[in-house]
Amino acid sequence: MEIATKDLLRLATIGSVDDGKSTLIGRLLVDTRQLFDDQLDAVTAASEKRGVGDLDLSFVTDGLRAEREQGITIDVAYRYATTPTRKFIIADCPGHVQYTANMATGASTADLALAVLDVASGLKEQTRRHLCIAALLGVRSIVVAVNKMDAVEWSQLAFERVVDEIETLSRELDFTSVSIIPVSALLGDNVVEASTHFPWYDGPTVLDALEASEAGAWEHAATQGARLPIQWVLRQPGGGRTYAGMVNGDTLHLGDRVTLLPSNVETTITSLSFGGDEIESATVGLAADVGLGAETNAGRGDLIATAPLPRVTNELKTTICWFGEKPLVIGQRLRLKHTSKVTPVRVKIINGVIDIEKLDIDESTSLNTNDIGLATLQTADLLVVDDYRANRVTGSFVLIDEVTNATVAAGMVGHASFL
Amino acid sequence: MTTTPLRTSHATDHLDLLESHAIFILREVVAECERPVLLFSGGKDSAVLLHLAVKAFAPQQLPFPVMHIDTGQNFPEVITFRDLAVDVVGARLVVAKVQDSIDQGKVIDPGAMGSRNRLQTVTLLDAINDNEFDAAFGGARRDEDKARAKERILSFRDTFGQWDPRKQRPELWQLYQGKVNPGEHVRAFPLSDWTELDVWQYIAREKMSLPEIYFAHERDVILRDGMYLAVGPFVEPRENETVERLTVRFRTVGDANCTGAVLSHAATLEAIIDEVAVANVSERGATRADDKFSETAMEDRKREGYF
Repeated sequence: MEIATKDLLRLATIGSVDDGKSTLIGRLLVDTRQLFDDQLDAVTAASEKRGVGDLDLSFVTDGLRAEREQGITIDVAYRYATTPTRKFIIADCPGHVQYTANMATGASTADLALAVLDVASGLKEQTRRHLCIAALLGVRSIVVAVNKMDAVEWSQLAFERVVDEIETLSRELDFTSVSIIPVSALLGDNVVEASTHFPWYDGPTVLDALEASEAGAWEHAATQGARLPIQWVLRQPGGGRTYAGMVNGDTLHLGDRVTLLPSNVETTITSLSFGGDEIESATVGLAADVGLGAETNAGRGDLIATAPLPRVTNELKTTICWFGEKPLVIGQRLRLKHTSKVTPVRVKIINGVIDIEKLDIDESTSLNTNDIGLATLQTADLLVVDDYRANRVTGSFVLIDEVTNATVAAGMVGHASFL
Repeated sequence: MTTTPLRTSHATDHLDLLESHAIFILREVVAECERPVLLFSGGKDSAVLLHLAVKAFAPQQLPFPVMHIDTGQNFPEVITFRDLAVDVVGARLVVAKVQDSIDQGKVIDPGAMGSRNRLQTVTLLDAINDNEFDAAFGGARRDEDKARAKERILSFRDTFGQWDPRKQRPELWQLYQGKVNPGEHVRAFPLSDWTELDVWQYIAREKMSLPEIYFAHERDVILRDGMYLAVGPFVEPRENETVERLTVRFRTVGDANCTGAVLSHAATLEAIIDEVAVANVSERGATRADDKFSETAMEDRKREGYF
């Protein structure tokens, strides 16, 4: 049987609270008929019950009781949409500063950020923060929906004033693809259907822009050779071991010369398989199983790589988004998870905190909740890393509280180009 | 060695990417947690989950047991399938019975016809505690319900088994972290990003078998609260209800007394995929009485520790 082949685009909504992110996603799902009748009926009933009109589109994604009571998004909602050639995974992120960790959760896997802002208020600090975090997380493409155009009588002047602000910031943050679209999420103008209210605009609708953007940027961002962090060692019948993990960076082939790190053993790939079936090459994103020529004592946390090789180090210069309730301070001890490796870590130096308005570094010796800063970390065990800008998998890590096991920071190896 | 030419394996189409992502999650949880278990109902999602688990650890045996929370109100076809599926992969099956929780006086017997759906939570949490499981794989998908749409792939549960939607661990990139303290556990949902259609397409692609009740067949049903319920030991016609013999299938598999059948002639995977692709009622909306109690029925049950 033929199954239509689709690619996969992951997108995250970003922007300040009340600028209409959830309403826009609701509109997008309703107008592309992704919602079932009973789901739409439930949204209508919930809207009437709370006296917010016939149909509050934000209730499509704001599914928690507390979210509907307060009219805000607290945590990411994942929604799915399909077109004939593409599956979309949509992370609708919260706008409040206190939920920045949840926004980063949604944006960390995104190929593209869909920024939503209110035309009347322009680029708020929180929108700048989200765009900055998206850029730090390696998102290169943004679609900006300049929302609530109906409230400014579809004014070209109001739109263009905001466009200037966005373009300036986008250049500073090094986004490579930027579409800026005047919309009314409430009325549906330029979301799925082209609007008749903008004779001065002949660009794409939001859906057009999402359809046209590159899928799989997450998987294909890396340019530094193949990497396979070993997750699990599989014992083969008749003896021998193979190494299971997800391929990233580049394709691995049978016969490739590879280096096992951090032990630095050079060897060859002698077998490749997927789900127990032998294969001759494994592309990025495949959960593969690799056999090596040399006798090794490799295990979970080690990494198989092709040239150019990653660095082996126990000192990392990093960019950190701190989510802990108490400040991060010099000398603090935590646990760090990088690929499949977990090691104790200590904060050696805090180099400063990012000023979101000016996009430069202020001196600081601690990081407060939701601060983004630069820090040098000392790890107990050796890590095998690439710069985050070269490889999102081998360049990222999280910090974990040793007592509660809570995830308290998102970390990236190296510094963003715009800092 | 293989006799067919080796193929290049491309993880490029959406099913390949979803499949590899799920396998990655399965391996990560098994590596990080001490005592994982796979929750298996015999439904299509848990069948896909078991299939992926086998792929993740081939050629080794499954490194964890499979657990069924048995309400005692099952469709017999599903139990037959459960035993066969577990047997084929050589897994160890743990069955935790709601009847035992009733006999121990932990929950109140709702009577022969009453729903045991909500009681399952007690049995599930007790079984997790008694077996000291620190991770439980489930086949839940985010497209099923608006509360599930909010849940992390690795979802933390406190010592009471509760889910707190306001205090979820940030889950960055693919850095899943499942470390917990004694008494706590994580639920892991490798199929989070799959939709109903993805699941059916994958079942067809992998030529998997499923319980017969998923395919169109003739059955005696009654119409109750807008849903067709199968007449049987747990559903008896009430005075004003008429038994009809109709061609139906089940879109989900739950307890016999709260899972509705849909009118359908789809008797093959191909026909089911065509039907699901154009459906205008959601999977749970069409078939689950348990979600219709209130606006946040699923959230409320999840907070208590439900699947």
